[in-house]
Amino acid sequence: MLAGLAGISLSHYLVVGALLFSLGFFCVLTRRNSIGVLMGIELILNAANVNYIAFSKYSAGGYDGQVFSVFVIMLAAAEAAIGLAIVLGIYRRFGSIDVADMTTLKG
Amino acid sequence: MTIEHHAYEVVTHGSDMLRWIPLLPLGGAAVNFLLGTRIQKRFGRAGVAAIACLLPGLSFVLGVRGFFELRALPAAERLLIDHVLPWIHIGGLEADIAFQLDPLSAVMVLVVTGIGTLIHVYSYGYMDEEPAAWRFFALLNLFMFAMLTLVLGDNLLVMFVGWEGVGLCSWALIGFWHGDHTNTTAGNKAFIVNRIGDFGFILGIFLIYWTLESAGGGTVVFRELAGRVADFDGAVIGGVSVITLATLFLFVGATGKSAQIPLHVWLPDAMAGPTPVSALIHAATMVTAGVYMIGRLNFLFSAAPVTMGVVATVGATTALLAATIGLAQNDIKKVLAYSTVSQLGYMFMAMGVGAYTAGIFHLMTHAFFKACLFLGSGSIIHAMHHEQDMRKMGGLRDYMPRTYWTFLIATLAIVGVPGTAGFFSKDEILWRTWLHSPLLWTVGFTGAALTAFYMFRQVFMTFFGECRADHHTVEQLHESSGWMTWPLVILAAGSLGAGYLGVPAALGGANHFEQWLEPVMGHTAHGGHHPLALEYGLMGASVTIAAAGILLAYLIYQRGLFKAETFAAVAAGLPHRLVLNKYYVDEIYAATVIRGTLVLSRLMRWFDQYVIDGAVNGSATVTRLGSWLTGLGDNRIVDGLVNLTADSVHALGGAARRIQTGSINAYLYVIVLVVTAVLFARTW
Repeated sequence: MLAGLAGISLSHYLVVGALLFSLGFFCVLTRRNSIGVLMGIELILNAANVNYIAFSKYSAGGYDGQVFSVFVIMLAAAEAAIGLAIVLGIYRRFGSIDVADMTTLKG
Repeated sequence: MTIEHHAYEVVTHGSDMLRWIPLLPLGGAAVNFLLGTRIQKRFGRAGVAAIACLLPGLSFVLGVRGFFELRALPAAERLLIDHVLPWIHIGGLEADIAFQLDPLSAVMVLVVTGIGTLIHVYSYGYMDEEPAAWRFFALLNLFMFAMLTLVLGDNLLVMFVGWEGVGLCSWALIGFWHGDHTNTTAGNKAFIVNRIGDFGFILGIFLIYWTLESAGGGTVVFRELAGRVADFDGAVIGGVSVITLATLFLFVGATGKSAQIPLHVWLPDAMAGPTPVSALIHAATMVTAGVYMIGRLNFLFSAAPVTMGVVATVGATTALLAATIGLAQNDIKKVLAYSTVSQLGYMFMAMGVGAYTAGIFHLMTHAFFKACLFLGSGSIIHAMHHEQDMRKMGGLRDYMPRTYWTFLIATLAIVGVPGTAGFFSKDEILWRTWLHSPLLWTVGFTGAALTAFYMFRQVFMTFFGECRADHHTVEQLHESSGWMTWPLVILAAGSLGAGYLGVPAALGGANHFEQWLEPVMGHTAHGGHHPLALEYGLMGASVTIAAAGILLAYLIYQRGLFKAETFAAVAAGLPHRLVLNKYYVDEIYAATVIRGTLVLSRLMRWFDQYVIDGAVNGSATVTRLGSWLTGLGDNRIVDGLVNLTADSVHALGGAARRIQTGSINAYLYVIVLVVTAVLFARTW
């Protein structure tokens, strides 16, 4: 373990995770570009990864957290692949990837 | 005079041959019904006629064989049984399809098949222009089947099948030329009147079975019934002994089938059928079924003296009244029809006085001469192009010699000229009747005189004098073909010769016929107290009266000594009118039974229309009202609820759809908001 990290506690990690989540969340809410929204989602997922690793390190959970984070990374990859494919489809259909233009679900 | 029965020892002999006697004509009927049109197209009428004549002919051969088989047996054992199939086994009732040949059946079988075959042959000549000959011959064969079933059946139910079968065939054959409405009406009349009789007949069967059943085991088999007469003792319904009632019902059946008063009305109308049918069914065979039935059940009738009195009285009355009607008929076949009714009356009179053998003897001789007379009249009608009115005939002797001679011989036989068949049989009846009741004898005696008169009236009007037919018909007059005349010759020979089977002892004969029937009819004790002189005297009387009748007919119709009309008007004003109108029996029926039926049916119609239809319509109205109410509930309440649900969901949806903007950002904001709210709610 690195000595320089001795002063760093669980809450530091959690703060980083919270910041990361907030940035991702903000990104998802404000971005009008579909790809931007997807990137926001990636940030949120990675915020969750940070939290998993942190909890895994500071509790007696063994490697559960790390295993979960591997799963999340894999899930994020799948999500990105499918998400980008959907965006491509949307572009072909609407000629735009602006989420504001996609209003056909309107009741 | 007493009649004692043998203790009917039931020694029977099996014989598989009997079934073929009725089945062969049935086969002929089946072939001609199914393939007749094709056979007729391919081979002409001769094809169907050959089939139709051959099979009854074979039956006749079998009948003769059966006769000789019977003769070879001892008298007490003369009973051949052919058990064909089990039929009805219900409770104690055991009726099988089985045939029996005993001396009585043998006589009937020989008469039916023998004369029947001759008439089939004759029909080939008579129906020479008939396009539907196949149907005619098929029906004739079917009739033969039914009649042979009737006379061969070994129990009452098989007999009844035949009894109904002959009625059906009679109906079909009377209305054979069904293009003419009067023919079909005549057929219907015959059938309906017969049904009335048949109803009585079947009630009689029920009564017999029912009484025997309650006396320990019912049966309908003739040879078993014979031994059970004692079981009827003491059985009483409503103060009348059952045996009297049962035999009376059976006799009602006989009056229907054998055209006795008051059910005789159908027979004269039945002359609408082709003449061979009149000869076969309405003279020689079917109408004698009632006589045969009484002969078959003689042990029952002998035990019911009241019924016997009724039978004898009805028979004598019929013999006389039908003869008087015959006096005034101008239709050649109607005269013969009333003569048949009258002769059947004689047979019933014989049955009623217990002279069963004499009755059956007359049945047989009558079959010969009446068939001969009818066929002779058919030969005339055929030659005259279907003219039946004797007033338009006359002088036919020269044109149709064979028909003339055979007709004359048969007429002599029916009149009872000594030496002919009718003489022996009729005198036997009159003699037995005299022993029983001189009053009945007087009636029969008068009838004999009338018979002589009207028969010779017919002969004189038809064969003698000038021909009164129109010029055109006279030119074409000719003797009928051999197909028609040869049967006439054979029947005329029978009319002469058949009587010698039963020459009474008084005339030095052995009366073979009586001996032959003795196992069935029982032994007729001759009393012996009656001087032969009486018997000769009665014979002489009836011969004299017959001669007087002939003479009177000769004087009126041949010599023109009196005018028939003035004679009738002066000597008998009202009676003549009565006779001319056949005692208004048809009119009485029209006014009572038929009118009553019509009134009843009108009443029924009214009842139907207003009460039953009213009830039906009422229930329909109620149903309609009920369904209208239900419909109302359905439309307003049930549908209303359903629609209300749908409407409210629709309204709710309308309100809710506004939330759905389609803007993904908006959804996300809502999600965030809600999640935040939930989180706060939890921590809070």
